[in-house]
Order: sequence, then structure tokens, then C-alpha cells
Amino acid sequence: MTLVLNEEQQILKAAAHDFLQSKAPVSHLRELRDGGADAGYSPQLWKEIAEMGWAAILVPEEYGGLGYGYMGLGIVLEQCGRTLTPSPLLASALTGVTALLRAGSKEQCASILPAVATGDHLFALAVDDTAYHRPQKCLTTVRKTDDGFVLSGTKTAVIDGSSADTLIVSARTADSGDISLFLVAGNAPGVDVHGVKALDTHRMATVRFDDVALDQDALLGEFGAGLSPLDAILDAARIGQSAELLGIAQEAFERTMEYLKQRKQFGVPIGSFQGLQHRAAIMFGEIEMCKSAVLHALKALDDEQENIAEIASLTKAKLCETTHTVTTEGIQMHGGIGMTDEYEIGFFLKRCKILETLYGDRYFHLDRFATLRAY
Amino acid sequence: MMSKLDEFRLQTREWLNENCPAAMRIPYRSEADLCWGGRNPEFSSEDQKLWLTRMAERGWTVPTWPTEYGGGGLDREHTKILAEEMAHIHARPPLESFGISMLGPALMKFGNEALKQEHLPRIARGEIRWAQGYSEPNAGSDLASLQARATDNGDHYLLNGSKIWTSYGDKGDWMFCIVRTDPEARKHEGISFVLFDMATPGVSTKPIRLISGNSPFTETFFDNVRIEKNQIVGDVNRGWTVAKYLLTHEREMIGGTGLLNAGADSLSSIAVTNMGTAGGALRDPMLRADIARFEIDEMCLGLTVERTRDEVKAGASLGATSSIFKYYGTELNMRRYELLMAIHGSAALDWDGGEESDGRLPKTWLRSKGNSIEGGTSEIQLNIVAKRILGLPG
Ligand SMILES: Cc1cc2nc3c(=O)[nH]c(=O)nc-3n(C[C@H](O)[C@H](O)[C@H](O)COP(=O)(O)OP(=O)(O)OC[C@H]3O[C@@H](n4cnc5c(N)ncnc54)[C@H](O)[C@@H]3O)c2cc1C
Repeated sequence: MTLVLNEEQQILKAAAHDFLQSKAPVSHLRELRDGGADAGYSPQLWKEIAEMGWAAILVPEEYGGLGYGYMGLGIVLEQCGRTLTPSPLLASALTGVTALLRAGSKEQCASILPAVATGDHLFALAVDDTAYHRPQKCLTTVRKTDDGFVLSGTKTAVIDGSSADTLIVSARTADSGDISLFLVAGNAPGVDVHGVKALDTHRMATVRFDDVALDQDALLGEFGAGLSPLDAILDAARIGQSAELLGIAQEAFERTMEYLKQRKQFGVPIGSFQGLQHRAAIMFGEIEMCKSAVLHALKALDDEQENIAEIASLTKAKLCETTHTVTTEGIQMHGGIGMTDEYEIGFFLKRCKILETLYGDRYFHLDRFATLRAY
Repeated sequence: MMSKLDEFRLQTREWLNENCPAAMRIPYRSEADLCWGGRNPEFSSEDQKLWLTRMAERGWTVPTWPTEYGGGGLDREHTKILAEEMAHIHARPPLESFGISMLGPALMKFGNEALKQEHLPRIARGEIRWAQGYSEPNAGSDLASLQARATDNGDHYLLNGSKIWTSYGDKGDWMFCIVRTDPEARKHEGISFVLFDMATPGVSTKPIRLISGNSPFTETFFDNVRIEKNQIVGDVNRGWTVAKYLLTHEREMIGGTGLLNAGADSLSSIAVTNMGTAGGALRDPMLRADIARFEIDEMCLGLTVERTRDEVKAGASLGATSSIFKYYGTELNMRRYELLMAIHGSAALDWDGGEESDGRLPKTWLRSKGNSIEGGTSEIQLNIVAKRILGLPG
């Protein structure tokens, strides 16, 4: 296994970097916020992103995609972390596409994925029922009927839920407790999507399912056997989040290092103080560890490695911890100006907190890692 | 059809199976199980000697070194296969050696052909045990302020002064040493990197006892010690460059102590065996969390070592990166021993060993405290990262 990018991947990285830095730098996020953007992202920018082919990276060629794999998408997400660019890449192009590839039938893939690849059709994953990430303890219920299913319950923190055409929903059978996955149109009767502005200006939604009637073909995968694909879908999403967190950590760190060189106190640059230097050096080492973890995890996804659950939890736990430290220290090392809305460093802290919390925080993943390793 | 690499793997597996004695496939029990070779080798068993001889014959004590210097001449892929196959049968390294991990790379880069021919093959075969003469009583972190003085005496130099913290100074056959050859020059510029036989008249050592109760290092004194002029590595008064280069290898090596040795049990499995579980989880949830954090960091370091090797292969240079490994690896190893102490409870407090323990753990735990000091302290590594990698001022 090699943990360096090949030439093609480096070109993709440079292209993603250039595009995002010019079209959607952090000031773009600020404009969206101040303009009160309903979707939480710019539909115009999303069109351009789709034209770059990024929505199609994970979609296999037979469904109109590029079949370029998780490494490719991870490279782009990392760059999105650097610019904090909001877009449905994580929710739809990664998580949604993974769900279809893992659990969907050929017909389901053929009917939806081509439009997902062009960015015209959007997915969102509705997994949590409470304020906590507990995919196994699903509260939303499903009932079998003669010609299909009936779904009821409320899902929280659905990333990009208000702009999704199709929701991927986990639900539990009341008596057996088994979990199944369903494809539900965002505008189906009985579905009430309530958009929420998150602290990072991106959008989440609370979605209520009020006895929603579903056809047979709404079922994703096998009835009652949804937990294992759900785990796999979430693990891919967590690794995607980790790639974005890596971009956030690197950018916040580099900006902070610039500031340490430029800001003077006591007649010298504050970066000459050893109390700050050592903390900076430790963070640098931690970011190096994170780079390896993310590369390894993306590669493991592409190689369909068996212990992907362990790898995903390892990676998410590590990235949560490091990016949290780096963004927090980013504020501290900037002093008062770091606390101002006018300065951009605080935006990194906010986005980090969202990614840290959703799909399992570091406590969740430390616990899961230990459990998976049987201790 | 089998690829060349697969073929090599099979042949290696076969050879190891035939040639690695069974006794060399069990984890170390004590210091005596380490094989250091040298002029007067202390083999703890015939098997240990046999294993060294057989591996040295193939050049596999230093698989990556060129064959003309006693190495195996293997490229990275083949070396990795050899390491994997050795790990697979839990084979012990045939030889521990400062010659391999420190002097060798420096000689390879800065030594002239005669010096390489003279010293490298003997290092590869484990015939000479080397000691490191760097630190002095007043030159520790500020190493370049060293005072041991070598004066030009015509066809040779005469060395006077002393070194301290010389690991295995009493067991070393030769010393690689940094000495001041020009007291007038600025401190980094008057230093030379020299080699001499520790049996030369005028060299004496005095043991220093550690908190672990062991005495693996010495003070080393020089009284008019003769150093041949052909035993200078690199140019006269340019030894600091050689010394620093050697340190990057030393740091990488020390950093590697943070990684689990092949065949050793993971912390979590030791914890499960010793402490038991309730409902599948360790009984102490806080300790369990710390073990999980440790194991995650351990894996991340392993992956980073691998990634860096890939990058070095692709043309990047190691340089200051070795400081990250040194810092991270040693912090990790020290965390490992703190966790092991907690995992073993009061059984870890037994100094001489008894029914529940062999008394090794508390000594190894104490010894691990030196990891963040030897080879340049943690603080010095952080200074290097801050200045040379991050470019911070001051
Ligand atoms: C187990 C062991 C084996 C060793 N083996 C060898 C050997 O074989 N050969 C050899 O030559 N040497 C050897 N050493 C010596 C080792 O390299 C030195 O101990 C080390 O470089 C520190 O020097 P010092 O002990 O003089 O501490 P000092 O330099 O006095 O340091 C004391 C404290 O001050 C801190 N400090 C010093 N300068 C700075 C700074 N600029 N910024 C921040 N903090 C600072 C240090 O980090 C440390 O915490 C060994 C040491 C140990 C512990």
C-alpha cells in the first residue's frame, strides 16, 4: 500500500484547490450567511461544482459517473474543508451514492444515480431520532402493509435535508426491532421537512414522517437487514467528514502560523515565544498523523477493506480530537481578534464543531473502536 | 504466474523457517536476550549466535545496505517483505547496533571509500560494537558547545576531555565522537567527527547508575588519546553536519520505540487478560478510553512512518521530520508504560519479581522516562519543528 497521491490525484487536488479558492473562499460562506441563503449553499455554485464532475466522482461509469472512488472525492472534500465551502457533496455525492451502491438494487441505481451524478438529484441521510448519534437505537418505526410500508417518526439533524429530493431513512420494525432503510421523496405526502440553520450556516433539517405510505420499491436493501449497510454508509460518511476536517485543520493551522509570524508584541513576533512554538509544533505533528489516517481510510474504502468500521472510528476519533484542538488554539493564538466575527478564524471552529458532532463525536468513536477491538 | 516479489517472499519464508532457531522466535524476556555482538560478544545462547551468523552471511542484519559493505542489497519492497516474513514468525532482530542505526548511515553519506570498506562490513557482521560520544557535562541540549579537544599532533590528533551518558560505554569497542578541532572558530564550525578504538591508551570509563537500577552508561574520559588522521568522517572542522545527520537517524530509530514490536501483545489484549471484562468491555471505563486513545495514536504513527517512507522514496527528504517521529514516538512509548503500570496494578510495584511478576515492568517503566531525553530532549525536538519546519522566528 502506498500512502502518497499519484499524479492524477495530485492534479485533481490542485484543480479543486484552485477552483474553490477562486469561486468559494470563506468570504463566500459569509455572504451566504448574511444573505440568509435558504438552502445553506449556493445553487449556482453547486451547478458549477457539478460541471467540474465532482458530484459524479463516486458514481460508477455504468450509471453515468466517473467511477473515480473515495480517494478522489476525499481529495475534493479536504479542499472544501480549507475554504469551508457549503455544498451537498458530503450528503449527496458521498453518503447518498454510497447508500445506493451498498444497498440499492440495479433498478434503483439506474433510475436515480445518473441524475445524482449530474448534480440534479440530491440525497440526504436521515438517521438520528434524538440529539445523539445512536444509529442502532432507531425510534422511527415502519409497518408492513399489503402493498408497501408505513413510516412514522421524527428525524433530527438531517444534513442538507431541506434541499434533498430523496431522503434515505432508517426505521425500526416495532415488534422485532430490526432496522430497514427506505428511499422517501422529500415532498411525499406526510413528510414535513423543517429546515434549521446550523451554527456554521450550513443547513440541517428536522423531518417528520406522519404515517407516510411507501411503495414496495421504496425499500433499500432487504427488509429488516438495514443495520449492516447503514453502518457501512455511515462509515463512508465519517471518513468523508474526516477528509473535510483535515482540510479545516490544515487551513486553520497555516493561518495561525502566518499570524504568529506577523503579529508583534514586546517588540518581537509572538511566534518567537516558546510557549506558543511548542504548542504549534505539537499540533503540526498531530496534523501529520491525521494526514496518514485519512489517506489510509480513503484507500481502505476503495479497497473495500473488511475492518472498515474500525478504520472509520479510528480516523474520525483522531480527526475530531486534532481539528478541535487546532481550531480552538487558532482562536487563542489570535488573541482578541480571533473572537471577532469580522475575522475568519472563528468560522473554522464552527464548521469543525458540526462535523465533530454529527455521525458520532470522538467519545462515540473511541467507544466504538474499543468495542470493535473486543475490549 | 508468480511475480518476482512473491517468489522472493516464498524463498524468504522457506529460508527463515529453516534457519531461524525456535528460541529466536519468542519475545524478549530480558536484556540478555538482546544480541549486541562486538569484539567480545556475550551470547546468551548458541541459538543467538547461530541466528546472527546466518543472518549476517546473507547481509540481512542490514538488508538495505549495498552488498559490497556486507548488506543485503535489497530495495524497499524486498526489505518490507523480509520484515513482514520475520514478523510473521516473530523472529527477533539478529543484532542490536548503534553501528547500524546511527554510524552506518552517516558513514555511507560522508565517509570516504576507505572508511566505508574498513567499518561497514564489520558493523554488518556485528563484529564491532560502537558507542556514541556526543554529550558532555556542560554540553547537553546545547551540544555544539562541546569542549573535548583534539589537537593536531603531526600525523595524528591527541584527544583530551570527557563525555557523559555514553550508552554502554563500558562495552563499546569503538567510539564515534564529536570533538573540537578549532577552538577559535564559531561553535558549530570548529567541530570534527572522529572514530577511534576504545582500547586505545588513555580512554577510561566510569559507570553511572540509573533510576531503573541498571547501569547501562558511563562517563568516558580521554587522556591524550591518539586519533589517526584517516579516521575523520567528512572534512576537518565540518563534523557538525555529520553529527546532525546522524542525529536524524538516531531520532527516527528512537521514535520507532513507540511502535509495537512484532509478536508483542497489544495493550488492550494485555488489559483484557489481566483485568477481565464485564459485558465485553474492560471494567474500568476511563482506562479503557485511554487505551483506545493510545492504540489510535499508535496506529496513526505507524501509518505516518509508512507514508513518510513512501514520500522519501518519491524524493522528499527526511531531515527535521525525524524530530516529529522522535517526539511522537517517545511520548507514545512513555504513555504505553504508564498504561501498563495501571493495567498491572500493585503487581507492577514488585521490584525483584515474585509470584505475580518478574520485576521487569517497573524497571522498563523507569527506563522509558529517558526516551524523551536521549537523542535530544522533547523540548529540543519541538524547537526544531517550530524553527525549521514551521519557520517561526527567534
Ligand atoms: C537513556 C539515555 C541514554 C543516552 N545515551 C547517550 C549516548 O550514548 N551518547 C551521548 O552522547 N549522549 C547520550 N545521552 C545524553 C542525552 O543526549 C542528553 O541527556 C540530552 O541531550 C539532554 O542533555 P542534558 O542531559 O545535558 O540536559 P539539559 O540540556 O541540561 O536539559 C535539561 C532540561 O532543560 C530543557 N532545555 C534545555 N535547553 C532548552 C531549550 N533551548 N528550550 C527548552 N528547553 C530546554 C531540556 O529539554 C530538559 O528538559 C543519553 C541520555 C539518556 C537519558
